[in-house]
Formats: sequence, C-alpha cells, structure tokens
Amino acid sequence: MDDDNTIICRCEDITLAKLKESIAAGAKTLEEIKRLHRLSMGPCQGRTCLSMAKRILAEQSKSEVGRVSLPTCRPPLVPLKLGVLAEGEDKP
Amino acid sequence: MIKKEVIIIGGGITGCSIAYHLAKMGLSNVAVLEKQYLTSGATGRCGAGFRHQWGTESNCLMAKYAIAKLMNLKEEVDFPRDLEIKLGGYLIVAFSPEMETQLKKNIALQNRLDIGTRWVTPDEIKGIAPLLSRDGLYGGAFYERDGHANPFLVTEAYARAAQRMGVEIFTYTEVHDIKIEGGTKTLLTNRGEFASPVVIDAAGAESARMAQMVGVSLPIYPYRHQILVTEPVEPALGPMVLSFENHLYCQQTPHGSFIMGLGDPNEPVSFNISSSRQFLHEMAQKATKLLPALGQVHVVRQWAGLYDMSPDSQPILDHLPGMEGFYVAAGFSGHGFMIAPLTGELVAQEILGTPSTLPMEMFRLERFAKENIVMETSVV
Repeated sequence: MDDDNTIICRCEDITLAKLKESIAAGAKTLEEIKRLHRLSMGPCQGRTCLSMAKRILAEQSKSEVGRVSLPTCRPPLVPLKLGVLAEGEDKP
Repeated sequence: MIKKEVIIIGGGITGCSIAYHLAKMGLSNVAVLEKQYLTSGATGRCGAGFRHQWGTESNCLMAKYAIAKLMNLKEEVDFPRDLEIKLGGYLIVAFSPEMETQLKKNIALQNRLDIGTRWVTPDEIKGIAPLLSRDGLYGGAFYERDGHANPFLVTEAYARAAQRMGVEIFTYTEVHDIKIEGGTKTLLTNRGEFASPVVIDAAGAESARMAQMVGVSLPIYPYRHQILVTEPVEPALGPMVLSFENHLYCQQTPHGSFIMGLGDPNEPVSFNISSSRQFLHEMAQKATKLLPALGQVHVVRQWAGLYDMSPDSQPILDHLPGMEGFYVAAGFSGHGFMIAPLTGELVAQEILGTPSTLPMEMFRLERFAKENIVMETSVV
C-alpha cells in the first residue's frame, strides 16, 4: 500500500504521506503535528494512531521511539455526552 | 552568540504577526524565540473566534482593522491551506433588561465606528440560531461579519511568510535571563545567547516575568480559562453564542465540533493550566440549558489556557518606561488572537518609526496612572 492510501489517524483521515510531509516540513513533536493536522484530535483521542505516529516520527527524524513524547493526555478518558455530564452531582 | 536587529520573545500569534509585519516593511533580520512550539501558549488554547462587538472604542477599532486584514491573509501571504474562516456571526444574548441596555449601548458605539451590529428580537433569533433556547431571552446583539478562524493555521501562515522573507524562528528556546549593556540586550537561553538592540516581549501570560528580568513590573497577570471540544457533528449552529451573564461562549467550528468555554469570576491569579471536573459539569449544565440539543453530543477533550490580563482588559503596546528598545505587546486579556493581524502592523510601525494605522495613546502604560480607567466589560 502506498503512503497516500495508508491511514494513520482514522478519526481525522490523516495519511502516512501527510505525516511524513509534516515531519519533513519541520515538525519536531507529535504536539505540533496534532495542532497543524488534527492528528489524535478525534473521538478516539489518539488511542489508535499515536503509537504508530510515534514510531513514524522516530524513524523519520532518525531518533528512537523512546525519545518521542506523546501529546498531553486530556480528560475525559472516554467521550461523554454533555447531557450526562450536566446531570452529575453539584457538590465539588 | 546570534545577533539580530530585533528579537521577539514568544511564538504565538502576536509574535509571529509582528515578525511578519517587520519583514514585510523591510526589516527581516529578526528572530522569534519560542520556549516550546508555535501556538503552544494562549494562541493554541483559545476559543478560535473573532468579533467586532466590543464595549470600548479602542477594542472596536482594533477588531475592525484586524478582521479586515484577516479576511485577506490567505491571499496576502499565499498560504496553501484554508484558514477555516467561518462568518457565522456572533450572537450576544441578553437575559435581563440591564444586559439589553448594555448591549444596546455597545451597538450604538459600534455603529458609530461603522460596525454593522444590530439588535435582534427573540423571534429573529429563532431564525439565526434555531438551537438556542428562548426561555427568558430578551434578545441579542448580532453581527454577521464576526466568526471563526483556525489559530494554528493563522499563526502558521504568518510564521511561514516571515521565514520566507528571512526571519528566523527558534522553537524550544527558552529565555532564562536578559542583560542590558549600553544599547544592547543579551538574552540568555537554553540554546545559547542572542543579542539585539530591540527586544519585543510578546510572551503572553509570561510577559510580566520577561519584563521583570530587566527590573520592570508590568501590570499583567495570568488568569486560567477552561474550555472543551465535542465530537464533530452536522452543521447546526451558525453563530458563536456569547452570554456575558453566564460567562459562556459556544460555537460550532467548520470542522463540525463545538468549542465552548466558561469564565470563572472566582478563578485565582495563577499559572495553573490544569483541567477540572467542576468545569466539565458546570459547562455541561449551562450549555445544555442554553442549547438543549447539545445534550446528545459527546465531549472528547477539555483543556485550559491563560489569559494575559491587563487592568482594563485592553492590550499594552508600549516601550517599557525609561528603556528604549524594550517593547511590550501583551495584556490581550483573552482577545489577542483576533486582533493579532493589526497588533503586528502597529508594533512594526512603532519599531520602524513609520506613521501608525491607529492612535497609539490608548495602548500606552500611562493610561493606568489616570484616575478613571476605561474598562472593557464585554468579556467572558
């Protein structure tokens, strides 16, 4: 399969080609790729794509997987309906 | 040691817009120092809206010129991507006669400055924002030229254009200290020393800390704002809905997700940018009361950022007192992104000594010494 047809982030339809292009254009971290191309910003919040993206960034930037940091993990842990969140208790 | 004619501290929208405008006006021997990556501070955490609807003349004028420039930005800098500009308008709602009076006063000011905001009745609002609950609603202020733009891409557009003209951007470069000797400012960073006769402090919530390095106290303080985003859904909400009474804003982006945030009047001054569970609950309650259909939409992420607050919620564009060549562009108080296209132009004009697009007195530090400070109250 070619890079243009290999989807890395399936929530946001980001291909391997797009990822490589972003790294070649100077992105040094996954945070930067996230902000410019929406990598890991969809409903799965990076559960599917980030481990792959991490390896790709390490390979492309001649680094090691262990040296690539993940974007900040933000709440909620799973998507929750606003209606459900509104029902929750009022006490802090 | 890297020597430049101008060094800008801060790689947010303000720093990148200043760098671009300096280069465009002929001064490209410029460096931007950013401690993380571009937009990593307030720019990349903001609500992504722009509006003309302000309560003070200086904010209205800034917004008017800035938004006109934003509309032409893609073509001006030949940016290959869409800046995700959506002109859905801002609908500022009133749930009390007092708010109606305040909004109508703002509309009169805006109309005088050729900004076409109008008062809309609950019946008209039904057509503008059918999702909005009209329970207890008195009406609202609406201007269809307000809207949304993508802060990451607008910053990227300025940064890339500046780089093409010779500006150097140093990311992951944090300023630890600043020394002044004669006319030269030396910035000590984790990536070595930078020297320049002109330093521009565009460090947002950190701007007061930068000025403190040269012994000057700036009246700018950090103020956390929390925000969340939902999954993308079909287009359902045209305008940004803003309620000063609920300290709330909510808009649907071109991508389909809803972005919404709350201001907390009891928020303490601090550099804390963690997310709280209380915010999620309160935001959900207020948003679903105002826009009941949103109850079915999933929240995927919440985060926080820092407003760089000034005493009157309006920016400070000025030289530090008694310090030629140390300029501050900060204190944007939550609306730095939307006025940045003009901020960059004004600051570049000041550095180069060319005529200003707007009178600069209203942005000076001196205004805080006066007895009556003109406050911007139209803020969340």
